[in-house]
Amino acid sequence: MTAMAIQVRGLSRSFVAGGRTTPALLDIDLDIADREFVCLLGPSGCGKSTLLNVVAGFLRPSAGEVLVNGRPVTGPGADRGVVFQEYVLFPWLTVAGNVEFGLRLQGAPSDDRRRTVARYLELVGLTAHAAKFPVQLSGGMKQRVAIARALANNPAIILMDEPFGALDAQTREVLQDELGRIQRVEHKTVLFVTHSIREAVYLADRVVVMTSAPGRIKQVVAIKLPDIRDRFAPEFTQYESEITRMVKEEVAKVHE
Amino acid sequence: MLLTSVPAMMEWGLHGEPLPPARALRWRLAALLVFVLLWSFAGGLVQLTRPFNPLFLPAPWVVLGAMVELATKGQLWQHVGATLERVVIGFAAAAVLAVALGLLAGQLRLVRNVVEPVVELLRPIPPLAVLPMFIVWVGIGEGSKIGFITYATFFPMFVTTVHGVTQLDVRLLRAAQSLGAGRSALFFRVILPAALPEILTGLRLGVALAFFVIVISEFIGAEQGLGYLINDGRNFFLVPQMLGAAVLLGLLGYAGNAAVRLLERRVLRWQRPR
Repeated sequence: MTAMAIQVRGLSRSFVAGGRTTPALLDIDLDIADREFVCLLGPSGCGKSTLLNVVAGFLRPSAGEVLVNGRPVTGPGADRGVVFQEYVLFPWLTVAGNVEFGLRLQGAPSDDRRRTVARYLELVGLTAHAAKFPVQLSGGMKQRVAIARALANNPAIILMDEPFGALDAQTREVLQDELGRIQRVEHKTVLFVTHSIREAVYLADRVVVMTSAPGRIKQVVAIKLPDIRDRFAPEFTQYESEITRMVKEEVAKVHE
Repeated sequence: MLLTSVPAMMEWGLHGEPLPPARALRWRLAALLVFVLLWSFAGGLVQLTRPFNPLFLPAPWVVLGAMVELATKGQLWQHVGATLERVVIGFAAAAVLAVALGLLAGQLRLVRNVVEPVVELLRPIPPLAVLPMFIVWVGIGEGSKIGFITYATFFPMFVTTVHGVTQLDVRLLRAAQSLGAGRSALFFRVILPAALPEILTGLRLGVALAFFVIVISEFIGAEQGLGYLINDGRNFFLVPQMLGAAVLLGLLGYAGNAAVRLLERRVLRWQRPR
């Protein structure tokens, strides 16, 4: 058995609101191998973001546990970089300052910092915008900064919570291409939440389809496609329709 | 300029199209000039026709003359210096106290629960209402004047600082923690810069209020200061001196406000870059 980067064991999580307890996640077991790209897919409200937030250490499990490299998660940490849907850049720092944030916390010498920042800005194509502030950037550019910020800190694991959900369709596909390219260079362990089936099939090694609330794992689909994928290849479309069928069953349940 | 069309409002908001700085400055100076001219005209007319004693409405040059006279006697700078010293010390003490306590109260619910009710109870009391108590407790010396400014300016700065901290977007804290930030890094690199715009707004309110309340405390038992000059002018019917001291107070308040604005533009460049 290869080394497991993330192990989710019997995880349940519920929320209490107005005296009523609503389960969001029920009995999740999931192993994610080192350098594996896993997409969490499901209808909205299925708890996929909740699962990511528990792995990130932002939420505590109600039952069960999450192990990262064999150690239980007790809170957020630099070993798990997070990319949020709403970018969440530090507005008072420049693009370079945002990317540098984690390196400064580590106390990296300024030469190293400058080199690393330059490298990741180039990787996301923002070298020319290093001195700009977040208010001057488009959504797609902000998300590129957020990705560079997470990568520059060199975590083994990157958690992405619908990172392209707020972008227009064109920008979204461009960033998917870029993320695929970056992953072929960086080889991170990625847990990626999305509600786009195309996106999941395009990026993932495995797609975890979740049931509607409370969220359980419905099925795990291994995507056996080449690293560089063609959205119009028949095999790609086949995966797409197979997973669409699974998701539709769950969406239908919500409307019953 | 009045905006008449929706497209103009869409483009510039309700402020209208910004004037080029040189033209904006010319407009401002022209408006001031018109005001001084009107004042001069009224003063001159009263001098000539004497509908009442011209002492009541001295023309600008009379006011200026009185100030120049005080200045050449070397007294004016003592008065300005005394007022400035009280304002600077009183305001600085309040700023340090309010921001420090505000940052603490913003982060720790326990501190907030203890301090906020007291502040909310004291805040609506007009500061001037407690001035006599300051004099009874601390006396009429420098201590009570400086302490009074500190007391009065504390509230707006404390309240804005607390608000600046509590309205923080928690996702910024999450992002920082995921990049490895511990408690002190969260404070210095996230909470403080995020609260800074509100803290600076508080400082601006504080500066204005400091000049507002110093005058009254200088009315009572002071031998120096611009407020003393005004009160002295009232006792001895020196209207030019009263007006001159008031104009000086206005100029000092304006300069104080401009200084904080400059600081804001420097520190908050990220809000409106370029």
